[in-house]
Amino acid sequence: MTHDGPAQSSAPHEDEPQEPQGIDYVAVNESAAFVSLKKTQRSFVFPMAAFFIIWYAAYVLLGAYAHEFMAKPVFGSVNMGIVLGLLQFVTTFAITSIYVVFANRRLDPAAQAIRTELEGQEATS
Amino acid sequence: MNTPLIWAADAQETPVNNPVLNISIFLAFVVVTLVIVFRASRNNKSAADYYAAGRSFTGPQNGFAIAGDYLSAASFLGIVGAIAVNGYDGFLYSVGFLVAWLVALLLVAELMRNTAKFTMADVLAFRLKQRPVRMAAALTTLAVCFFYLLAQMAGAGGLVSLLLGIDSKVGQSLVIAVVGVVMIIYVLVGGMKGTTWVQIIKAFLLISGVFIMTIWVLWLNDFNFSSVLDDAVANSIADPPEALLAPGLQYGALPIDFVSLAIALVLGTAGLPHVLMRFYTVPTAKEARRSVVWAIWLIGIFYLFTLVLGFGAAAMVGSETIVNAPGGVNSAAPLLAAVLGGPVLLGIISAVAFATILAVVAGLTITAAASFAHDIYSNVIRKGVIDSKSEVKVARRTVLVIGAVSIIGGIGVQGQNIAFLVALAFAVAASANLPTILYSLYWRRFTTRGAVWSMYGGLISCILLITFSPVVSGSETAMLGANIDFVIFPLKNPGIVSIPLGFLLGWIGSLTDKGVESKKLAAEMEVRSLTGHGAEAAVEH
Repeated sequence: MTHDGPAQSSAPHEDEPQEPQGIDYVAVNESAAFVSLKKTQRSFVFPMAAFFIIWYAAYVLLGAYAHEFMAKPVFGSVNMGIVLGLLQFVTTFAITSIYVVFANRRLDPAAQAIRTELEGQEATS
Repeated sequence: MNTPLIWAADAQETPVNNPVLNISIFLAFVVVTLVIVFRASRNNKSAADYYAAGRSFTGPQNGFAIAGDYLSAASFLGIVGAIAVNGYDGFLYSVGFLVAWLVALLLVAELMRNTAKFTMADVLAFRLKQRPVRMAAALTTLAVCFFYLLAQMAGAGGLVSLLLGIDSKVGQSLVIAVVGVVMIIYVLVGGMKGTTWVQIIKAFLLISGVFIMTIWVLWLNDFNFSSVLDDAVANSIADPPEALLAPGLQYGALPIDFVSLAIALVLGTAGLPHVLMRFYTVPTAKEARRSVVWAIWLIGIFYLFTLVLGFGAAAMVGSETIVNAPGGVNSAAPLLAAVLGGPVLLGIISAVAFATILAVVAGLTITAAASFAHDIYSNVIRKGVIDSKSEVKVARRTVLVIGAVSIIGGIGVQGQNIAFLVALAFAVAASANLPTILYSLYWRRFTTRGAVWSMYGGLISCILLITFSPVVSGSETAMLGANIDFVIFPLKNPGIVSIPLGFLLGWIGSLTDKGVESKKLAAEMEVRSLTGHGAEAAVEH
């Protein structure tokens, strides 16, 4: 069977959104624990996203306009273009791994704590 | 230096292609997957079962399935071929395809899993007005799926002539119809669960096949990649041959076109509806994260293999042989397989390529059907007054319609150069879908008008720009040929204009919107997206 839990009741099918009942989400949203979780998440993902987009843009612009630079041999016939392209792979794998460690250590416990709290509120309301 | 040339000559003179063997291996794949699909379908009861596989897959399983959805025949045959013929410019593609996954991992996957049920529109409609937003999101979803689907089906026809030795138009149409029918059975019977298993098996076969070929190529070259590059240059038809290793062969004439494509690739992935829908097949946001991590490793390693295979094909088959083979650039990987392992390896790689088309088409179809049944029919037409059984019934009927349309469309576009449709699908995903997804997850002031403007603006600008671009008219390689010419927009990819436009329209639309969105719903969405509170749980049977 499906769990037609609170998700349905607060995401209504009417044209005008209904106000949610039960938990006061505005209060939760402004609570210190949530504000801190949101800040932790955003101050990691935004700079990281900016970094990889700028690094990728630099690579693309070099590939599009700096053909001679990209053709410089580095070792054997492997040139600058291939090295920089492979470095894009390396940074992608690295960012992925760093994010996983960060999310497991910093995001998951904080999210879990708020979730437990909310479930408690729901059970008593 | 001489040996590769001899191999290349062999490949040209003695046709090692064995259609009977190819078809047998492919049929074995179809039979095995059909059995699995029928077994997986036993528990398909509710909408959550049908659209989201009961949210019961693990992260690693879903990671394989995402790789299966993402690594289409275009990325396998197309990228190996592009590297073999255009060298470095082919590699540029795969870098964009991989880096794009960071957008999904960091910004989209987990928050989407926490706030929605089945479709992309669920996220957008959480705190905005249901009907206008759902309608727009469903239309952009259907547009992306349709362009992608048509490109895959047309690719199937070309692949058939190459792999199975069927050159007649009737024969190719028949094969397209067979692909369509098998796909319809997968999706109709198996739902998301069956489709996911097909993706997992296909991804496993594809990555294993490419891994074996890569090791083989490197082993024949004493694991010296530099010497593969030397041989590739020696057998290249590029002028000068060394140009193969540097950027510029394909995009040198109009570099801004490449920049435009690169933006669409990197921002399009996280807006592809069939990829987004995969995040709902796992039980929690943490599993969604794990699945993206698995997908990134699998996809990244796959593209590293294609780099070796592309230059390997240039070295051991020769780019002249590839260009002149039936199927042209797309024949690079199969020809390399024939040189390495003879007809048996060629048969396996061909069957894998074919299975790839089948699986990707199935993934697109279930996404489009879910979007029509859940967003347009249930929530817009029936205003939410419908039970999940009837909704699934509508979804199943939609599958039949989409299957029929894709068979007819696939036969209709046979022989046409419509490879640009994949780039168009990415451009629409990046211009119409990604801005609204990011705004609704991260920007509180985002409103219904912003969402609607951004989605329609992104979609319409992409289609208009493509229509008046050189891929549709005005050149030898265009869809309508060189005789009809109504080119206004000089670039082949609209991304550089349409993506900023999509973001801008979302911003201006929201700022000028006098209507106020519910603060409480905005607060609730933010809390849920980050904590996972009240997220759709796995279905228990």
